[in-house]
Amino acid sequence: MHVISTRRLESTRRFDWRRVTDVWRYRELLYFLTWRDVKVRYKQAALGAAWAVIQPVMSMVVFTVFFGRLAHMPSDGLPYPLFTLCALVPWTYLSTAVTGGSASLVGQQHVLSKVYFPRILVPLAAIAAPLVDFAIAIAILVAVMAGYQVVPGLAVLWLPFFVALMVATAAATAIGLAALTARYRDVRYVVPYAVQLWLFATPVAYPASIVPERWRVLYGLNPMTGVVEGFRWALIGGQPPGAVTLLSAVTVVLALVGAIVYFRRVEGTVVDVL
Amino acid sequence: MTSGPLAVRAEHLGKRYRLGSRRHAGDARDALGRLASRLLRRGANVSASNSLLWALDDVSFEVRAGETIGLIGRNGAGKSTLLKVLSEITKPTTGFADVTGRVGSLLEVGTGFHPDLTGRENTFLNGAILGMSKVEIRSKFDEIVAFAEIDRFIDTPVKYYSSGMYMRLAFAVAAHLDTEILVVDEVLAVGDAQFQKKCLGKMDDVARRGRTVFFVSHNMEAIQRLCTRALLLDRGRLAADGPVVQVVSEYRAFERRAVDVGRFNARGRSGTGWARIRDIVLADDAGAPVPARHTEEDLVFDIHLEIEEGPRSGSSLRGLVVELVICSDQGQPLVSLMNVDDGGVEVPGVRACRVTARLEGPTFIPGRYRINAFLGIPYLEHVDEVPDAFEFDILPPARPWRPYELHITRGLMCRKATWTCDAERKAV
Repeated sequence: MHVISTRRLESTRRFDWRRVTDVWRYRELLYFLTWRDVKVRYKQAALGAAWAVIQPVMSMVVFTVFFGRLAHMPSDGLPYPLFTLCALVPWTYLSTAVTGGSASLVGQQHVLSKVYFPRILVPLAAIAAPLVDFAIAIAILVAVMAGYQVVPGLAVLWLPFFVALMVATAAATAIGLAALTARYRDVRYVVPYAVQLWLFATPVAYPASIVPERWRVLYGLNPMTGVVEGFRWALIGGQPPGAVTLLSAVTVVLALVGAIVYFRRVEGTVVDVL
Repeated sequence: MTSGPLAVRAEHLGKRYRLGSRRHAGDARDALGRLASRLLRRGANVSASNSLLWALDDVSFEVRAGETIGLIGRNGAGKSTLLKVLSEITKPTTGFADVTGRVGSLLEVGTGFHPDLTGRENTFLNGAILGMSKVEIRSKFDEIVAFAEIDRFIDTPVKYYSSGMYMRLAFAVAAHLDTEILVVDEVLAVGDAQFQKKCLGKMDDVARRGRTVFFVSHNMEAIQRLCTRALLLDRGRLAADGPVVQVVSEYRAFERRAVDVGRFNARGRSGTGWARIRDIVLADDAGAPVPARHTEEDLVFDIHLEIEEGPRSGSSLRGLVVELVICSDQGQPLVSLMNVDDGGVEVPGVRACRVTARLEGPTFIPGRYRINAFLGIPYLEHVDEVPDAFEFDILPPARPWRPYELHITRGLMCRKATWTCDAERKAV
């Protein structure tokens, strides 16, 4: 089942296939780490799974009151609560995954300094665990859609693509920030603030259509724009996403590659600075 | 036994640490500062080279499959660093090591245990962290539970376990790790005597099954029992390599030379570190620091603590427990002094404090003793551990003490017992 092989441990930045195959070899550990995160979260919190429901629903209520009712924010002709909830579901996932993921390496330093396993599993588990909350939130979204009698069209077939884009965005950000936080501790104070700013740079409370045409390309560099607009289009029939989505997807792939390269450079000696 | 295929070949292994950056990650300002100084005066950066420490320096050796190797040396000699390099936890700075086969590292038992998860859940989690597959753990599960003797409590969260149960389960999982190479650090230094015996027995088994084992311990008896060969490290360099008996005696001779008696030594510390031991002082009757006391005198230790922030384990804090383990010169633990009965140190709002432990005399027979110091929250968090933190001497009695010669002929402790005698008279 398992072949005895020789490996060379040395200081090198050369690309090493074993790093990739190791991730595969340790895939069960990814499952266990994720499972632990989920289990511990639901065991510790008194509200348990209800928390996954309360978070997006409360935001939806607040946004509807302030942006929808008081500020009369346009919503592309859709009911405002549904319009914003549809964006809050992927957004809540992203912010949980990014906040948890960027703190993950530092949080697991005790384990990392005692045992070897591919370090990248730590941020990966941190972005995988909130997928459970995400699934619950999707169920809420479907219930609200039913309440508004909104039935998705064929575009719903694209939903997996946008979910993948969302997870890839979380992965790129979490992996990069996890390594950065391990190197420079003060990054962890910046992350919550940056995530908050990111929320306003993403069409969660407002439609992307209010952004002037000439800024669209710049706007599309934010991958969450593509994700959020995509969710709306696929589920509740918002504006069909254009070339901007493609731009978002390209940005994500580049960011993910960049984050992995940086992580790989840091991971070999990360325990020395933890 | 030494004719098997190569398991490990290390060539000129070196590991460099930047002092200061090892404990705290630099902040971005530091990095900018370093960058600026690098740009301003290229090359001639004398101050930077002063703060570098070679934890391993040009270490080369070969180990054949099936050998059991003891790693010995003083704290900070590089033993743990070598284990970390071999188990791939960190990369070497120079040189390389060719390792054949999977490496299992038991640098600590219970790595990744979560207090809220049950024994069963932790077994699977910990097994997976150590590198076992789900199938492997499932097939060994009953054996693990039986070894740990906790079958009734396997579905209870481990936070309700006694420390003995916790350690037994943690060791049981680790002991069933089945890799070609096993790297073991001092895990046997925990638990009661009976449990230690059981662990040693298990280690014997492992060694006999023909696996390659690297074993670090300060317990020379254990090293000699388990290992056939030993490597002696001194300040990162390989000082001796040979049959275990020879290297151990070399180490003992060598150890007597280089010591700093009566001075706190923080090298080799570990733990989460939000509170740290800053200093340990042996005080005389006037409270002044001394390196030695007489046998009949009280031993008074002042431990200075510094507390940075709150505990990370997140559970309700009952108090930070300070423990001093007084060991013989050979590293055999003799007695543990712990302030747990007095409730520990109340942490909230405290920045620094001095904790004093008094052990009433007479204490030990004359000789050299050393102290391993710990800070922790029992069962939850390992906050600061400083092995060999302090060494002191016990001198013969200051004033003539008549039956003294009888007291010191056996054992290490010098205690006075209260004796009574119930005599039954012969009928006259």
